[in-house]
Amino acid sequence: MSTRLATKGRLVDTSKPVSFTFNGKKLRGYAGDTLASALLANDQMLVGRSFKYHRPRGIVAAGPEEPNGLVNLGRDGRFEPNQRVTTTELFEGLEAASQNHWPSLEFDVGAINKHLSRFLPAGFYYKMFMYPRSFWKHVYEPIIRQSAGLGKAPKDRDVDTYEHFYAFCDVLVVGGGVAGLQAALTAGLAGARVILLEQTDHWGGRAPVDGGVIDGAPVDKFVEDILAKLESMENVTLRTRTMGAGVYDHGYALGYERLTDHAPHEGGPRHRLWRIRAAQIITATGAIERPLSFAGNDIPGVMLAASVRDFLINYGVSVGDRTVLVTNNDNAYLTAIALKNAGLDVPVILDARVLPEDRGLVAQAKALGIRVMMGHAISSVKGGKRVTGVTVCSQAGEGAVLEEIACDAVAMSGGWSPVVHLWSHCGGKLRWDTAHACFSPDVDNPPKGADGMAFVTTAGAASGTFALDDVLHDAHAAAEGVITCLDLKLPKDVVAPIAERREESPLAPVWMMPHGASAKLREKTWLDYQNDVKVSDVRLAAQEGFVSVEHAKRYTTLGMATDQGKLSNINGLATLAGALDAEIPTVGTTTFRPPYHPISLSAIAGEAKNHVFQPIRRTPIHDWNESNGAEFEPVGQWRRPYAYKRGSESTHDAVMREVKNTRERIGLLDASTLGKLIVKGPDAGKFLDMMYTNMMSTLKIGKCRYGLMCSENGFLIDDGVVARIDEDTWLCHTTTGGAETIHAHMEEWLQTEWWDWKVYVANVTEQYAQVAVVGPNARKALEKLGGMDVSKEALAFMDWADGELGGFKCRVYRISFSGELSYEIAVDASHGQAFWDALMAVGADLGVMPYGTECLHILRAEKGFIMMGDETDGTVIPQDLGLHWAISKKKEDFLGKRAQERSHMTDPNRWKLVGLETVDGSTLPDGAYALGEGTNENGQKNMIGRVTSTYHSPTLDRGIAMGLIHNGPDRMGEVIKFPGTDGKVYEAKVVDAVFYDKDGEKQNV
Amino acid sequence: MLNIHCPNCGITAEETEFHAHGEAHLKRFGPGSSDDQFESYLFMRKNPKGVHFERWRHQNGCGKWFHVARCTMTLEVFASYSAQTYAPPQEVLDIIENKRPGWNAQEDAT
Repeated sequence: MSTRLATKGRLVDTSKPVSFTFNGKKLRGYAGDTLASALLANDQMLVGRSFKYHRPRGIVAAGPEEPNGLVNLGRDGRFEPNQRVTTTELFEGLEAASQNHWPSLEFDVGAINKHLSRFLPAGFYYKMFMYPRSFWKHVYEPIIRQSAGLGKAPKDRDVDTYEHFYAFCDVLVVGGGVAGLQAALTAGLAGARVILLEQTDHWGGRAPVDGGVIDGAPVDKFVEDILAKLESMENVTLRTRTMGAGVYDHGYALGYERLTDHAPHEGGPRHRLWRIRAAQIITATGAIERPLSFAGNDIPGVMLAASVRDFLINYGVSVGDRTVLVTNNDNAYLTAIALKNAGLDVPVILDARVLPEDRGLVAQAKALGIRVMMGHAISSVKGGKRVTGVTVCSQAGEGAVLEEIACDAVAMSGGWSPVVHLWSHCGGKLRWDTAHACFSPDVDNPPKGADGMAFVTTAGAASGTFALDDVLHDAHAAAEGVITCLDLKLPKDVVAPIAERREESPLAPVWMMPHGASAKLREKTWLDYQNDVKVSDVRLAAQEGFVSVEHAKRYTTLGMATDQGKLSNINGLATLAGALDAEIPTVGTTTFRPPYHPISLSAIAGEAKNHVFQPIRRTPIHDWNESNGAEFEPVGQWRRPYAYKRGSESTHDAVMREVKNTRERIGLLDASTLGKLIVKGPDAGKFLDMMYTNMMSTLKIGKCRYGLMCSENGFLIDDGVVARIDEDTWLCHTTTGGAETIHAHMEEWLQTEWWDWKVYVANVTEQYAQVAVVGPNARKALEKLGGMDVSKEALAFMDWADGELGGFKCRVYRISFSGELSYEIAVDASHGQAFWDALMAVGADLGVMPYGTECLHILRAEKGFIMMGDETDGTVIPQDLGLHWAISKKKEDFLGKRAQERSHMTDPNRWKLVGLETVDGSTLPDGAYALGEGTNENGQKNMIGRVTSTYHSPTLDRGIAMGLIHNGPDRMGEVIKFPGTDGKVYEAKVVDAVFYDKDGEKQNV
Repeated sequence: MLNIHCPNCGITAEETEFHAHGEAHLKRFGPGSSDDQFESYLFMRKNPKGVHFERWRHQNGCGKWFHVARCTMTLEVFASYSAQTYAPPQEVLDIIENKRPGWNAQEDAT
């Protein structure tokens, strides 16, 4: 069993007990524990079930590489799935629950899958769920959806807050082990601004666990001293609980700081995302131990050798009473020695190597009386939910059992892989290191920055240097290189510390244990514990032609779990290489993508949630709208009133009332959101002639003209009324959503094509409040306000004038988007609300009511006026909409003219705009398609058009619509079928798009 | 995330402050041009793996347009320069030639 020992762990404070629950069971740990060490201390080795076969899963590792120990953490607004027990610090009241099991962790129904494993090989999903086709939707998918996924999705809103931090430095050092500390010190001493990030809550990495002597002192002392030095340096920033999550282009890096995960009741932001720009980055990210591939290596109790050591030394936790060690390298002997020294039993060390002599740690282990079997391996592990023993065989053979040894834990080591993730994120290449059997950074192909120079350097074990002395020298050298790049100088007396060397025998690569393992053994040999990928699966993938490592990964799901193959990748591709009879470096690795370890989505969002997510633009009349029943709709970043509801009336009723009132009396529209661009300069007329399809240069001062804008590709992009202000000034109205884009569009042409034209464009949209005063009583209202002459004679349709109304300085445009007598009046934004109030006051006797955007839509649709985004969708040209009258024939050139000459644009078969009137007066469904004769080659009914706008017109008391129909204008009177999504087929007659007041008598008064 | 220099306001800032708008130094073809000329102007882009001249706008800054010469493969930025030019200036070409000797042999500068 696993338990807490009397010997004190380095990191735990046994004077501070902490209670927590696991699957509702109350357990106890100490301050400084991780959830993993606390669970092990309570003999809770079994922590979950695997993804596919629901096999029992125990803790394998002690760090972020842990594949199995994933739990649902917390509750309600603090519930989070897939939290790793090894990276979760214990706190009082922590609540954890295991995942992917039903009904319980101990007894799981899904585990029946393991008996079906012969039928669930790699690519099973692809093969199985093909036929019969109808089964996918009704049988396979619901079952897969129910059984897929590890953790539960949170149901409640996250109650915590998150933030972003921007930081800049000369040198970012990732990793607070001895290499990172040394690199930070060297760089700091040279005067560089240094940020040092460490993912755990403590410094020193694994060197203090592995021991050694640096500059005559134990590692712990070295760490303490160097930390004191760094803390005293003003140019060095130290951060624990902060993981270097990713390295991106041009020295951009993300740090993920977990501020209160270990103390959720402390308050303040929970996570902080550091957005760092570093001139140089040193990744001192260490290395990860590899599992060995032997049968039964997934049974709880089989763990990484170094992790067994970590739990023992850091937390005072033994993972078992009798631990068999199996290795292909010297380093793992440290575990056997540590266990033995702690008074625990190590029945045997199975070393796959055959060494000529016993040196260093091997000799030391033997001297302690530990039985060492060279050239031997595990044939298979015995046990179900916990290891009960191993069978021993020769590494060289096929697994014939020589001996059976009882044990309750297995510590395995297949060598070490440098953590090259951060090096690789931004393009750093790898090379195969034969001596250590691992991929390490190829220093000749580093990630390069904006200046084309390298900006990432690795240090220590991340470089593929593993001996303590080499690690320190490599870290110092890495910092020296970085200092040179930064044009800094190191003080003369600064040298790398010197560590005592251990005598070491070389590692022997072992990718399969035993070497000639039978098919039966390979089927029980796991590569990826979380996703249940076995050696046999990878071999099957290779056999079926998935020879590229990227394909094999996706076919087998190797390395696709939440640990992203930190343990499994190298073993997996070595297995693939073996199956393909290829060299490992030729098979290559899959791509390392950030983040290194999962980070919370909330941290990425930072403060940008709720009302901060996107700022809302408010018109000067917004507050009035809000307190007068406005139901808002988003238009770009604006909120425009859709309708103003009165009392208990429905939105629809409100809209109908607004339309009627505007047609019969007077309506006010807050039109402040309309884009307003001033175009000014000696060449402004010439410029606008290029921008608009119409001729704008000939527009007379004091006059307005409706204009269309097309892209260079010929398609409509915007429309609006243009007013000539003076000799060299025009004011262009754009759609609400178009103000910024059309401004940018104009600037683009002015700055990049016609930069010698003397034109200036200013976006004055927010400088003015604009109110449309619409309806038969509009003039009366303005006359009551008093001031400028707004009579038909003084201000005719499509005129504009500056003046004063009710004491407000204003500009009045006599334009109409409703077909009614209508004035659009612009006043200074700061006077907007007062002006609106004045209009409401004088309008009271005249029946004034505000109206919203839906009323505006109906008013314009009744008149057959088009709306950008309804009648247009980026593929519509003015000619489709019957707007030939707005396209100048005199102009030699305008944006879109050449494009509109293309054969497809002049094709008589284009869909064209018409009005549609339902036969029974109902309202056509929006976007409905018009059916033609016959069917196409896929057996679908032919389509001859679609509805672009459709409303119930209260004025006509019937449904009206516009649509783009093939040969539409030639079909007048024809009845066309429009199937709705409600199963009904609507019939509509093709009519003229102007439904109301065809002669424009209402606006010409 | 790239760091980009705006030659108009003199600021070097993160990519998110800017907006890329594709290939630079296009010659506009309007009415009177052939279908091939117009197609080539409107749609055909070099999309090189290597040295590329691009139009950028300092969208969330000064709002001005400019050009950037950079490597699409390594993301190295050679230079930012004025948008008001028909071809990359000689000093920009010199910088590129210095860093990518012979690049121009395969790629037409304009």
